[in-house]
Amino acid sequence: MSDDRETPLRTNGPIQMVRDVGRKLSQGEAGPLLVLLMVAAIWTFFQFQNDRFLSPGNLTNLMLQQAAVATISIGVVLILLLGEIDLSVGAVSGLCASVMAVLIVNRGVQPVLAVVIALGLGAIIGLFNGFMITRFRIPSFVVTLAGSLAWVGLQLYVLGQTGTINLGDNFVTALTNTFFPPLIGWAVAVLAIALTLGFALLGRAHRRAAGLQVGALRGLIFRIAVIGAAFVALVFVMNQDRGLPLVVVIVFALALAFAYLTERTRFGRHMFAVGGNAEAARRAGIKIDHVRIMVFMLGSTLAAAGGVLAASRLLAVNQSSGASDLLLMAIAGPVIAGTSLFGGRGTVWSALLGAVVIGSIANGMNLLALASSVKFIVTGAVLITAVTIESVTRGRRNSGAIE
Amino acid sequence: MSATTPTAPALLTLKSVSKAFGANQALTSVDFEVDAGEVVALVGDNGAGKSTLVKAIAGVQLCDEGAFYFRGEMVKISSPQDATALGIATVYQDLALCDNLDVVANLYLGRELFTRGPSRAAYLIDETAMEQSALELLDSLAVTTIRNVREHVGMLSGGQRQAVAIARSLLGEPSVVLLDEPTAALGVSQTEQVLELIHTLRQRGLGVVVISHNLENVFAVADRIIVLRLGRRAATFDVRGVSREDVVSAITGAEFGVGAGLSKESA
Ligand SMILES: Nc1ncnc2c1ncn2[C@@H]1O[C@H](COP(=O)(O)OP(=O)(O)O)[C@@H](O)[C@H]1O
Ligand SMILES: [Mg+2]
Repeated sequence: MSDDRETPLRTNGPIQMVRDVGRKLSQGEAGPLLVLLMVAAIWTFFQFQNDRFLSPGNLTNLMLQQAAVATISIGVVLILLLGEIDLSVGAVSGLCASVMAVLIVNRGVQPVLAVVIALGLGAIIGLFNGFMITRFRIPSFVVTLAGSLAWVGLQLYVLGQTGTINLGDNFVTALTNTFFPPLIGWAVAVLAIALTLGFALLGRAHRRAAGLQVGALRGLIFRIAVIGAAFVALVFVMNQDRGLPLVVVIVFALALAFAYLTERTRFGRHMFAVGGNAEAARRAGIKIDHVRIMVFMLGSTLAAAGGVLAASRLLAVNQSSGASDLLLMAIAGPVIAGTSLFGGRGTVWSALLGAVVIGSIANGMNLLALASSVKFIVTGAVLITAVTIESVTRGRRNSGAIE
Repeated sequence: MSATTPTAPALLTLKSVSKAFGANQALTSVDFEVDAGEVVALVGDNGAGKSTLVKAIAGVQLCDEGAFYFRGEMVKISSPQDATALGIATVYQDLALCDNLDVVANLYLGRELFTRGPSRAAYLIDETAMEQSALELLDSLAVTTIRNVREHVGMLSGGQRQAVAIARSLLGEPSVVLLDEPTAALGVSQTEQVLELIHTLRQRGLGVVVISHNLENVFAVADRIIVLRLGRRAATFDVRGVSREDVVSAITGAEFGVGAGLSKESA
């Protein structure tokens, strides 16, 4: 067949490989690599400032702290892919967690059922957002900004006089307070690596059997090696402390599921199309309003899930659950890690990577006992830098089309 | 070529199509017809109503009045899906491609293939099958300029993008293809490639409607020329035996002598 067509994976030796990486960097498409470098730089910096930073205990805390943010960020990524924004994810997470806590503690509802109700409430709020945005053509930032005020008010109402509800010991608190024994941790790591490698090789064999070009095996092995090393390091470090946390596995599973949805299914493909060129998507027969409504529902449901995890970590819900800088962190993370604010570009994994970057900065600054003022300024500066880089490289990417 | 006898119904016929944007009458009682294996050029000044007519046929922008006949039968086109179902494909002036998706994804947008077997339940897109038939399609159209079908469309040149848009329109095996200004943004060699592609479409027996400002291109590909002026059908020409001046006169509305092949409509 067409031998003159090359696949993007094809490389002609190390020089070509380096050149490819350079090109991708300058076009803002080497997301994961760039972010890993950023994480390495941040970790090195804080480790020099305080040698407790890279201790297993602190890294485990970092994971536990960021699980909620990462979950909310997965939903934010879905919405950003459409070129929309949801400024109510923080408030929704707080409201849904509060409803859950009231149901469990004051009404004696089964914790599992209360979690399901909280997620359902998130979905309904998302349905409302999507309906307002598609039916009345109100910009999403207006709908969700107004909504966030209302949801905060509703949260205060639901929590009532006391303002704080302690969750006690149950299914919800177990989510972030369960750790796997070392052997199970290793088993998870081995399974994850085996599955990654297995699917990659299977896909490759499938392409080859179909007569399509396949990338160099070296490239694939390199990627699997990097991913595998990350898994091994993660489990190794976690095992030094309390063990692999259940919540890390949950967040990974969520990310995997939504990565599958966005990258492998027709619905995900249509999300990218709506974010890239909504009119083109409409003319291709895609029901773009359905896609929008569904995605806002998923976004709010994930916000509710994040709220549940945050409550689990705090062992309680209070009036400031979902408030403070949670919204900012949940949106800033994926953007720093390469998801475009302008729609159509990004990956679910940027939610996880972004949560690690933002969390590392916040955690490191906490260890250094910096003032809140400094923390806010630094986080803001990092965000604006990331958005600027994205904006500049986006311009370069588009100008590539002109001959 | 298309010997349209008066009795045999044309592939696609429009009768008395009108469309107003508020007080702006974009189309006034326009008739239109295209036959299989025929290239009809739709020409006219800016704002003459060419795009509006094409959008009405494509179902993306409904007209106020008018009847549509497909193979002689009256049909209703009230959505892009209706047009697609009839076998009418459209390549829009603005191409309507997603720059953030690769060539394969754009070709199959809205009609992605699923894998068969158990993974079908997981709504898994069959990338392999899509890439295979994308390569076959581009080969069959002799499109050699697109070297990597996994490249994002935003990275392609104007001619490559046009080729993707045209190839995309052919995936549904249409019988009519509408092309709105397919060469407007292209350089000389890219224009050649697109005109070549239009010839290929006609050879395949498709009815092709091409909107163009460029009379040189029109004369290179068209069998018939239909002139719109101020929302009305002003004239129809057979390209054989008509001069460029005649067409220009019809477009601008200037007085002109009766030339060969001319049939001026009473507008
Ligand atoms: N969406 C629209 N809203 C209002 N007026 C429009 C719209 N589309 C086209 N028109 C008007 O209809 C007329 C015909 O436009 P169009 O079909 O685009 O012309 P052409 O493609 O021949 O240049 C013009 O006067 C134009 O301003
Ligand atoms: Mg036009």
